[in-house]
Amino acid sequence: MPETTIPSFWPALPELLLALGAMALLMLGAFRKSDAGRGMFGLSIGLLIFVGVFLLFGTGKEVTFGGAFAVDPFIRFMKLLSIIGAVGALVMSVQFFKNENFEGFEYPILIVLAILGMLMMISANGLIALYLGLELQSLSLYVIAAIRRDKERSVEAGLKYFILGALSSGLLLYGSSLIYGFTGSTLFVDIAAVVGKEGSSLGLLFGLAFLLAGISFKISAVPFHMWTPDVYEGAPTPVTAFFAAAPKIAAMALLIRILYTAFPAISQDWQQVLVFISIASMVLGAFAAIGQRNIKRLMAYSSIGHMGFALVGLAAANEQGVRGVIVYLLIYLVMTLGTFAFILSMRRDGAMVENIDDLAGLSKTRPMQALALSLLMFSLAGIPPMAGFIAKFYVFLAAVKAGLFLLAVIGVLASVVGAFYYLRIVKIIYFDKPAEDFEPMPRELATIFGAAGLFVLVFFVYPAPVLKAAQNAAAALF
Amino acid sequence: MVIGLEHYLTLAAIVFTIGMFGIFLNRKNIIIMLMSVELMLLAVNINLVAFSAQLNDLTGQVFAMLVLTVAAAEAAIGLAILVVFFRKRGSIAIDDIDILKG
Repeated sequence: MPETTIPSFWPALPELLLALGAMALLMLGAFRKSDAGRGMFGLSIGLLIFVGVFLLFGTGKEVTFGGAFAVDPFIRFMKLLSIIGAVGALVMSVQFFKNENFEGFEYPILIVLAILGMLMMISANGLIALYLGLELQSLSLYVIAAIRRDKERSVEAGLKYFILGALSSGLLLYGSSLIYGFTGSTLFVDIAAVVGKEGSSLGLLFGLAFLLAGISFKISAVPFHMWTPDVYEGAPTPVTAFFAAAPKIAAMALLIRILYTAFPAISQDWQQVLVFISIASMVLGAFAAIGQRNIKRLMAYSSIGHMGFALVGLAAANEQGVRGVIVYLLIYLVMTLGTFAFILSMRRDGAMVENIDDLAGLSKTRPMQALALSLLMFSLAGIPPMAGFIAKFYVFLAAVKAGLFLLAVIGVLASVVGAFYYLRIVKIIYFDKPAEDFEPMPRELATIFGAAGLFVLVFFVYPAPVLKAAQNAAAALF
Repeated sequence: MVIGLEHYLTLAAIVFTIGMFGIFLNRKNIIIMLMSVELMLLAVNINLVAFSAQLNDLTGQVFAMLVLTVAAAEAAIGLAILVVFFRKRGSIAIDDIDILKG
């Protein structure tokens, strides 16, 4: 009988806290039906912030559970970003669900469970842990998309997301099984050792291709993006904000970790795949968004494009590239949360409006909001000196350093095309005939919106702390 | 004839492809899509168990058990969403998933 020892639980403490907390909240909600909806938001936000602060003070590298679970500065940083995205989305949800008279206490708990899945998949150090974390995340997200089960659009979004998501999980699993078969292990460390010694075989490359396809689905990169616009449009707006922020960052972190801890030895093989996905996403994101009239659909194509830009840094396959991706994701998170905070405040006569034309003449009715929204649009377009420009600058710099000139040139061109539709929004805000005024903006939305606008404006003055943190995080992978 | 690893892998590949085509070519019914997803996961399980036997390593079988468990949860959630959809639309035909134009 082989000896077994109890693994150290300390590295997984944030996950344990979240899991126990989610269970406790679920009990609370189930047994106190009448007034459960109110306090649940506060408790969930408190729980997430507590775990986030906990992560902030962690240091060093640790591996536990038989090598299947890892923690290092990169993992902590990405976990923190995901949690910030979730907290932002939850804060923005409170007023929305109150206005819509929706009292399901499950919504914040499902977000906590989805975040638990994301933390587990970012920490995953083996294929099994990766799959379990990813599924916990995805299963929660399917339900969250369909949370307004009395609204046809929300249910349809949930159904579409489920079918395509299940397909992508199948692809990812098939890839995992092939990788396991051809390397003989599910742990990233062992896979890296075998790949480093024996190089790539056909079976392994097949497995890697399936794995990449599965993850591309989760970050909605072309050619696996078809679900994004529909789900973004159909799901309730705070849910869309959450989808655009947290899961994208977690899936990108997962992709970075797989490629750099399990397959660094065959980087020239996956580099080509990433270059293709990246170019396709940037180009589609730029051109497909031009014809959109619905702002949530527009943000969907915008997020596809942004994932393409982030992948530029990843395709560079060097430490500078990873740093670029981290900075990009952080700035993307802030811009997305800010923009969605504004979209959530687009209400007229007690109902949400979602068309871009509804923004007409915002500068006359609300000059300050018009200014902040324009700043965010300039930043999304990547116009200097906004934060979005700095983000793009670092990923393109890494691509040029790695000799990927074509990728960088196409990226810059796509960015120019993409600027058209962001600038069109600015034009509608400032030069079109004013439409009817919106309802007043709730305080928490105004705070997030204003903070994001300020952040993208002044980021270039003092970017050092963010760059340093990203540098530390990226260094953990090399 | 000796049945070797390649036979299992071929079978799994065929089952997986049938599952994938079931999702893309099927134009009638959402339940068939759910069945196709299950088929894909089963193909993965054949792969995992075959590799596990070949490598003389238990990890693959543990993985297969976990896949089975998660597949059950996934089917439960899929059917739940499907039931909600049916209550709203009164139909589970694929042509009726058409409010959101992609």
